[in-house]
Amino acid sequence: MEDRPESQVVDSGLDETIKKLTPDQIERVVRHVMDNETSARLKVYVDTCVHCGLCSEACQTYISRDRDPWFSPVAKVKNSIWELIRRKGKVDGAFIRRMSRIVFTECAVCRRCSMYCPFGIDIAYLLLVGRRICSLLGVVPKYLQDTTNSHAATSNQMWVHQDEWIDTLQWQEEEAQFEIPSARIPLEKEGAEIMYSVIAPEPKILAQLLGNMSQIFTAAGADWTMPATDGWDNSNMAMYSGDFEVMGRVERLHWDTAARLKVKRIVMGECGHAFRGAVYDGPRWLGWQYPPIPMVHAIEYYYELLSTGKIKVKEKYKPHVTVQDPCNTVRGRGLGDKLRYVIDALCENFTDVSPNHEHNYCCMAGGGTINCGPPWKKSRMLSNRVKAEQLEATGAEIVITPCHNCHSGIEDVIGFYKLGMHVKFISEIMVEVMDVPENLKA
Amino acid sequence: MYEFSRGPLVWIAFVIFFGGSLYRLISMIINSKKEKVVHPYMSWKYGLRSILHWVVPMGTRNMRIQPVFTVLSFLFHAGLILTPLFVLGHVMLWKESWGISWWTFPETLSNMMTIMVVITGVIFVLRRIADPTVRYVSTFKEYLMLLVVLGPFITGLMAYYQLFDYRTIITIHMWTGAIWLIAIPLTWLSHMFYFPFTRAYMGSEFGFVRRARDW
Ligand code: SF4
Ligand code: SF4
Repeated sequence: MEDRPESQVVDSGLDETIKKLTPDQIERVVRHVMDNETSARLKVYVDTCVHCGLCSEACQTYISRDRDPWFSPVAKVKNSIWELIRRKGKVDGAFIRRMSRIVFTECAVCRRCSMYCPFGIDIAYLLLVGRRICSLLGVVPKYLQDTTNSHAATSNQMWVHQDEWIDTLQWQEEEAQFEIPSARIPLEKEGAEIMYSVIAPEPKILAQLLGNMSQIFTAAGADWTMPATDGWDNSNMAMYSGDFEVMGRVERLHWDTAARLKVKRIVMGECGHAFRGAVYDGPRWLGWQYPPIPMVHAIEYYYELLSTGKIKVKEKYKPHVTVQDPCNTVRGRGLGDKLRYVIDALCENFTDVSPNHEHNYCCMAGGGTINCGPPWKKSRMLSNRVKAEQLEATGAEIVITPCHNCHSGIEDVIGFYKLGMHVKFISEIMVEVMDVPENLKA
Repeated sequence: MYEFSRGPLVWIAFVIFFGGSLYRLISMIINSKKEKVVHPYMSWKYGLRSILHWVVPMGTRNMRIQPVFTVLSFLFHAGLILTPLFVLGHVMLWKESWGISWWTFPETLSNMMTIMVVITGVIFVLRRIADPTVRYVSTFKEYLMLLVVLGPFITGLMAYYQLFDYRTIITIHMWTGAIWLIAIPLTWLSHMFYFPFTRAYMGSEFGFVRRARDW
């Protein structure tokens, strides 16, 4: 059971780094995390688990791999945290390598399993403790570590420089003006009602999304702004690589930026991680009970625009659509109903997935798994056959994915399993079908 | 031996059971305060909502997709908790020794429930062996725990049907019962008293913080 195809994957972030580890160092780090960074939850969870395996049916990796015991959530804990506790941190580099592979590439910390364990044991949290240990030891998949390094150096995930950032916004403002001449992307507007937050893949590879939002905000008559300085990206892969110090810095800068601009609230673009980092993990690490400024996710904001009539639909979107419920906004914020309201308002022909809402399967790109990069892609795909089957059963041609990770992850699944579908963000559909008031067109 | 089992052993078992459980709960509460991210997010409403869903048979999706296991599990736990409390023999003992008494189950009911515990317990052992996923996370300890749990029920039945020498069996019954009680705070049988807390915490995380359902 230990010798699996996955263990053959070459990743210098694991292979090279374990060579430098000493047993003493491993033990020290494990003890540090166990003694200083964990307490009641870890202990109670480990003591409560009755090894019943009921959490297994929750996990897309387990179901997709023909119920291979290795991929059951409890097995992942067994092969990482339990073993570390049992051996009091006296493990070797090979163990750390295997643990790193399990916690980073075989679990998307989607937290579905905590809804299936009768005790509500937070397995994703236990595996995040494993990630933390790997991070402190420097044994992190190379591509994922690179995004964390980028956060540390530039505060965004993809090494975007400030001049490129401003340039891209201005370029997209012009693009938006082809559609709506009065469209703007107002930079650094102090006292605006909304600060709009995006993540680095937008300026880097999906810039048109920024233009789309400019059109939507303009059509809705919103008072909004974006920062011209660092602090615009809170996608926060450091949260997932276990580098909580960098995670805290990224979140603090993001909230500081919103405070500097004196906005009333932040609208977070269609990204689940960024939302989770800003609203949950970041504030907790920083010692704040709640975020200092209200943040709404794009799904909620679109719901607000459509339900109050600020955006009207000219003619509904025709193609047959289905949806991917993002874990961090549906299981993590209960936005499933609002998401369906938005889809129904925009689209004519919608078929829901099953299971859905909180029970939807993760895209298996989340939690930093997709950021582990090409070496692990095949493993990721094998871990989400159930998603392909679920989507195929809807017979839809478009999958609406209001999250960047879901978007890329579902695109990968569609390609790998040859489903012949396409993925779209909500904003892409909204700009197509919304009614732009006449006075804005001039 | 019989006298010791009836007297000091019972006391020792109860002291370890109550003392140990209390100790575990208090240290859990102290540690969870240290953890800082637990208490501020606890909510009575959502905690209780979650517990309610998870103690009602078929109240959750996971129970519904595994109906056979759910039924067995509820029968097992009901028998496990209720029978020792309401079986006539125990209540009479308490009345004799401590002068307290409450309702009792009719004998046939106690008997049926005990048999049910043993049967479902044996099915759980077989499941551990037969299901590769559960087998993979089962060690010797897991099988031993099931034996510890079933011990008092098996010997209770043997005493009831007067198999072998009654006095010997009843002594063994008391010993297995004592081991059972002592094991609760010391092993994962502690899920018995941790359950409401872990459930309430996750229920609060889901309902209060994340505004979502957890069943
Ligand atoms: S991928 Fe999701 S369901 Fe599977 S173990 Fe990780 S958190 Fe649990
Ligand atoms: S985590 Fe929960 S469901 Fe999974 S084996 Fe442990 S007790 Fe059972």
